[in-house]
Amino acid sequence: MGESLIRADNLAKWFGEGASRTMAVRDACFEVRHGEMLYIVGPSGSGKTTLLSMVSGILKPNGGNVTVEGRDLWSMGDDELADLRLNKIGFVFQDYHLFPRLTTLENVAIPLILKKVEWDEALRRSMEYLEIVGLKDRANLQPVKLSGGEQQRVAIARAIVGQPDILIFDEPTASLDGDTGRKIVEFVKKRILDENRCIIIVTHDSRIYEYADTILKMEDGKITGVEKNHLHEK
Amino acid sequence: MKGIFRIALKLLMNDKSKFTALLVGITFAVFLMVMMMSMFTGILAKSCAPVYNIGARIWVMDPAVNNTISSIPMPDYVLSTARSIEGVKYAVPLYYGGAQVKLKDGTYQSVTVIGLDDSTLFGRPELVEGRIEDIFAENAFLVVKDAEYAKLESPKVGTEFEINDNRGTIVGLARVASSGLFGVPTLYTTFNRAITYIPSSRFTTSYVLIEPKRESDIPRIQREIAKIGYDALTSEQFVRKISDFYTFKTGMGMNIMLMTAISFIVGLSISGQTFYTFILENIDKFGAMKAIGAKGRELVSMILFQSFFTSLVGYGLGVGAASTFMTLAKLRLPEYAAQTTFAILGFALLMVVVIAGISSYIGVRKVLQIQPFDIFRG
Ligand SMILES: Nc1ncnc2c1ncn2[C@@H]1O[C@H](COP(=O)(O)OP(=O)(O)OP(=O)(O)O)[C@@H](O)[C@H]1O
Ligand SMILES: [Mg+2]
Repeated sequence: MGESLIRADNLAKWFGEGASRTMAVRDACFEVRHGEMLYIVGPSGSGKTTLLSMVSGILKPNGGNVTVEGRDLWSMGDDELADLRLNKIGFVFQDYHLFPRLTTLENVAIPLILKKVEWDEALRRSMEYLEIVGLKDRANLQPVKLSGGEQQRVAIARAIVGQPDILIFDEPTASLDGDTGRKIVEFVKKRILDENRCIIIVTHDSRIYEYADTILKMEDGKITGVEKNHLHEK
Repeated sequence: MKGIFRIALKLLMNDKSKFTALLVGITFAVFLMVMMMSMFTGILAKSCAPVYNIGARIWVMDPAVNNTISSIPMPDYVLSTARSIEGVKYAVPLYYGGAQVKLKDGTYQSVTVIGLDDSTLFGRPELVEGRIEDIFAENAFLVVKDAEYAKLESPKVGTEFEINDNRGTIVGLARVASSGLFGVPTLYTTFNRAITYIPSSRFTTSYVLIEPKRESDIPRIQREIAKIGYDALTSEQFVRKISDFYTFKTGMGMNIMLMTAISFIVGLSISGQTFYTFILENIDKFGAMKAIGAKGRELVSMILFQSFFTSLVGYGLGVGAASTFMTLAKLRLPEYAAQTTFAILGFALLMVVVIAGISSYIGVRKVLQIQPFDIFRG
């Protein structure tokens, strides 16, 4: 495993003010290295999504900082941050958030379109990624015509089409049955993770723990434990 | 930038029911606004038709006149005063009034009679049949061959008829630039015959028409005429006075304004509402795009593009529908009063841009408010 790709130092986030203030995350420190698959696990409300959002540049922390390849994320302006997300980070959301009125292929192409890649070229490249996730023959269907697992794979194709270094998954298996969920994570680990990338997955799902290199345990906004899976040490 | 507009368009047009609702709303609003305003313009233009047809530069009239047909006779000294004003090239009297023509079957038909100054025939119409000199022949009248012509049983040169118990003979068929509003045929004759054939009060001059030597003489002429208690209006001022009368004194203008406003509000609510639902339905996807790395202004430009694209298509359809309707109506009803001007098209376009602006403003606000974090949390 390589050097650190993401570093979080003393991250803190709270919501509300005064009596109704909730500490969602406090004193969170961790790093993710190239080639690493890191899980964030913990009970509901423990701050997993909040932490993930802060390290991926979509939620500004109240304290601490995040560096991505040595650059301080939260000192960037909005546009710079958007560009960083576009170029370095791929997101897979729990509810997929695919546009129902676009075809599967067009959905995958969105990050490329945002990067101002020519339309035809964007579709051509997206087709390659649909092939990687095994959905080439579904390219011209609308996402609603696909099963949940297939939609999740479309979302993964969209996340990786721009070749980001960091992949962020929030509860990727929550709406899938156990077997499909396992297959997807296995697929991601084998086919997508390489020594230039890292993957951060937030999950409740203990059936997929075996694929993790590192597991961060969270409780009540704090990181309460770090477990390394030594079987995976290369 | 091109790619995101293509995405924007697909998002909208693939949602067929909303896209249709948006188009129908805007098309309908544009259709109604253009129809209303065109009908109003058409009516105004027709009500001012005599001013255009006679073609005088200055019209002298009683200040209470607000409409060519309701002229108030003036004493003879108005004409002589007008002739004596410095800067007047010439001044002539005009008779303008109504009469009854008795048709062969014994029924009566109202007509407008215009009596032209005997020595100059100033304001004479273009003849399509007959010779203008024949207007001086015994009982001679010219008839205007317009949409109302048939109401006199389509008389020909030589046809005799009875007008207010006098004999009349058609000596020519005339053509004028614009036809009048009131749906009655028009006869031309000389001033002197008009005032002898048609019973009138002590005063006989309906209007005095003045041609100034120079444009710069007009203010002086107007001042001098005002001194004897009458109005000297340029043709533009007279047209405006008539238009103002119909617009503000008859309730017609208010009705048209209300109808136009209602069309606008209906169009705005249909399309604003539909567009808003469209944005709401896709809001989480826009939020996901933000997370992926779309900048706020890119999302804003997508929304503006969607709303302006639909609005302009709707505008085109609405204008097309209105002009088709008016063309068909004119085929069936020759005197159908509707006239579309560039001002109307421009105004409707402006209203459509306002609709698009308001609709997209709501959408833009929603999209700018959405936090990717909220999408992430689900
Ligand atoms: N926008 C917000 N406003 C107020 N409180 C919030 C907000 N977002 C999160 N919280 C609170 O912060 C805490 C952590 O939330 P978070 O969503 O990070 O938990 P989680 O570990 O992802 O939970 P789950 O497993 O249910 O997704 C919770 O107590 C939550 O109620
Ligand atoms: Mg969560």
